[in-house]
Amino acid sequence: MADSTGDKAVSQKENVETRRDFLMLATGAFGAFGMGAAIWPLIDQMNPAADTLAASTAEVNLKPIQVGQRVVIKWRGKPVFITRRSKAQIEDARKVSLTSLVDPERDEDRVKKPEWLIVVGVCTHLGCIPLGSKQGEKQGEYRGWFCPCHGSHYDTSGRIRKGPAPKNLSVPQYTFVSENVVKIG
Amino acid sequence: MSKIGSSNPVIKWIDHRLPVFTFMQHELHEYPTPKNLNYFWNFGSLAGIILVTMIVTGIVLSMHYTAHVDYAFDSVERIMRDVNYGWLIRYVHMNGASAFFVVVFIHIFRGLYYGSYKAPRELLWMLGVVILLLMMATAFLGYVLPWGQMSFWGATVITNLFSAIPFVGEPIVTWLWGGFSVDNATLNRFFSLHFLLPFVIVGVVVLHIVALHTHGSNNPVGISIKNNDDQIPFHPYYTIKDLFGLGVFLVVFSWFVFYAPNYLGHPDNYIQADPLQTPPHIVPEWYFLPFYAILRSITFDILFLEAKLLGVIAMFASIAILFILPWLDRSPVRSARFRPVYRQFFWILVIDCVILGIVGANSPDDPVFSGAKWFQYIHLGMISTAYYFFHFLILLPLLSIFEKTNPLPTSINEPVLGGGKATAMAAAKPMEKA
Ligand code: HEM
Ligand code: FES
Repeated sequence: MADSTGDKAVSQKENVETRRDFLMLATGAFGAFGMGAAIWPLIDQMNPAADTLAASTAEVNLKPIQVGQRVVIKWRGKPVFITRRSKAQIEDARKVSLTSLVDPERDEDRVKKPEWLIVVGVCTHLGCIPLGSKQGEKQGEYRGWFCPCHGSHYDTSGRIRKGPAPKNLSVPQYTFVSENVVKIG
Repeated sequence: MSKIGSSNPVIKWIDHRLPVFTFMQHELHEYPTPKNLNYFWNFGSLAGIILVTMIVTGIVLSMHYTAHVDYAFDSVERIMRDVNYGWLIRYVHMNGASAFFVVVFIHIFRGLYYGSYKAPRELLWMLGVVILLLMMATAFLGYVLPWGQMSFWGATVITNLFSAIPFVGEPIVTWLWGGFSVDNATLNRFFSLHFLLPFVIVGVVVLHIVALHTHGSNNPVGISIKNNDDQIPFHPYYTIKDLFGLGVFLVVFSWFVFYAPNYLGHPDNYIQADPLQTPPHIVPEWYFLPFYAILRSITFDILFLEAKLLGVIAMFASIAILFILPWLDRSPVRSARFRPVYRQFFWILVIDCVILGIVGANSPDDPVFSGAKWFQYIHLGMISTAYYFFHFLILLPLLSIFEKTNPLPTSINEPVLGGGKATAMAAAKPMEKA
């Protein structure tokens, strides 16, 4: 008898405890979720706003660009290098073996039309703008671009060949709207 | 409760309800201060005065500053040319940032020399490191505001550091920028945060001082106050000494403000930011140079970790290591005066930090000596970075075990009145004294 009542008391107490625990946990979880929901807008407001996103495409007329010439246009606040590559430049980019590359990528996968190389002109090291687009600027050992900040060399496919940058110049999304017009973004 | 000595009824009435006068009396008159503090103990109050100066000049500057990419540069030029005394206020703010770092660096090395980070002042020290981090963030954000070439490219390079973080790096950078490059959204938020952070610093400084007043100041011999002979009231003794130090500081500071206001700055920052043109050399402000050198010294991958990420980790670790310093240096003797070996390594560390600064100011692949082309700044940077971490992680724990320290005086009072050497000897050989 005594034993069984004792058991009952214990189990009752345990019951009460678990009920409380559950309520505490549920309240805590609910509160944490509410906090998260309240904080999220405060964090997300710092992400690009709708107008910034809307302004994030650029159309470029390719007609005036000569063979071998490079132009720089501004897209999303940063430069994009558009190169109309010569036969020699394309060949240069295609004859290297992938194993000798820091960030192995085939030139074929970096262009839509072999003649047109379109890359974001931001060094993948710490974001400087590599030289080489303008006439007379240093193009580096691989005759692509050279970043003066910490000495990264890019080839005619915009791939990193030498220096501290870890990745190839990135290829933005683009489509050829017509023969002579490309839309970036 | 109210212990204020004044008989002025107004003061008594107020103090009974809001004991500000009791508080001031306690802090200034009753707060026990070791009587042997030297001039290195001036730099804390100096830092406080500069912080107030930065806030006052900053608030005035923001009355004329426009945080917009099209107007920021011109609005700063307008402050310089058209706003009454604008040039003075801006030059005080600009050079004030440098002065702040000079003073705080000396303040920190003072702590390193005299072992001020040791028990019971660990939290006091750690709060100080938090202040240093906040100062660095504030100064970085402020430097972007005039929207010159260095502002823009400094901001680009430093925010890009975060892209080294695996997986979430790119989204974090976009989030920091509020766009796809450093642009108007970035400038606006940097202004907002540059305005906010100094007040956060004030908050941490208050905690720093509460912690300080809990156990009182350390002192050049590094032993605790034992009795009344060891201490004097803060006012008037140290208020006067601090004021004298302030006077000396102001002479030097005014020289910079009035005669060489742009000496510490980079001329490129008087060229408006151009997102399509990187300046040939991007250098940070001088107070970031040692950290910049550490960042650039890691040029090799370790296992799956990229060099870029490792550089960022090393740079932050160089400051984070200060947080655990009280547990790296276990020697029971605080002051380097009684630690003959530590004392020498302390000065080597100082030189190492200066070298790191020089490395940070130079192009990594330029030769250090024109005679030896193979030895470039990048190599010097690697060596001095390695030494920096060696000092804290290996040397200090070993010294705490193996160093034979000199005998300590029995009290603060003793060397003050008796002359340091004689007393130290007396303490060592009490028999010969008679
Ligand atoms: C911890 C204290 C502070 C530090 C270390 C600091 C640092 C700096 C630095 C390095 C600059 C760039 C100066 C230049 O090259 O032109 C700057 C600019 C500026 N700061 Fe501060 N600042 C502090 C506090 C404040 C506060 C509290 C405010 C506002 C309430 C403020 C408002 C401004 C404004 C409007 C500018 C742009 C004008 C200019 O460039 O001269 N600052 N700050
Ligand atoms: S940013 Fe281009 S090499 Fe560092």
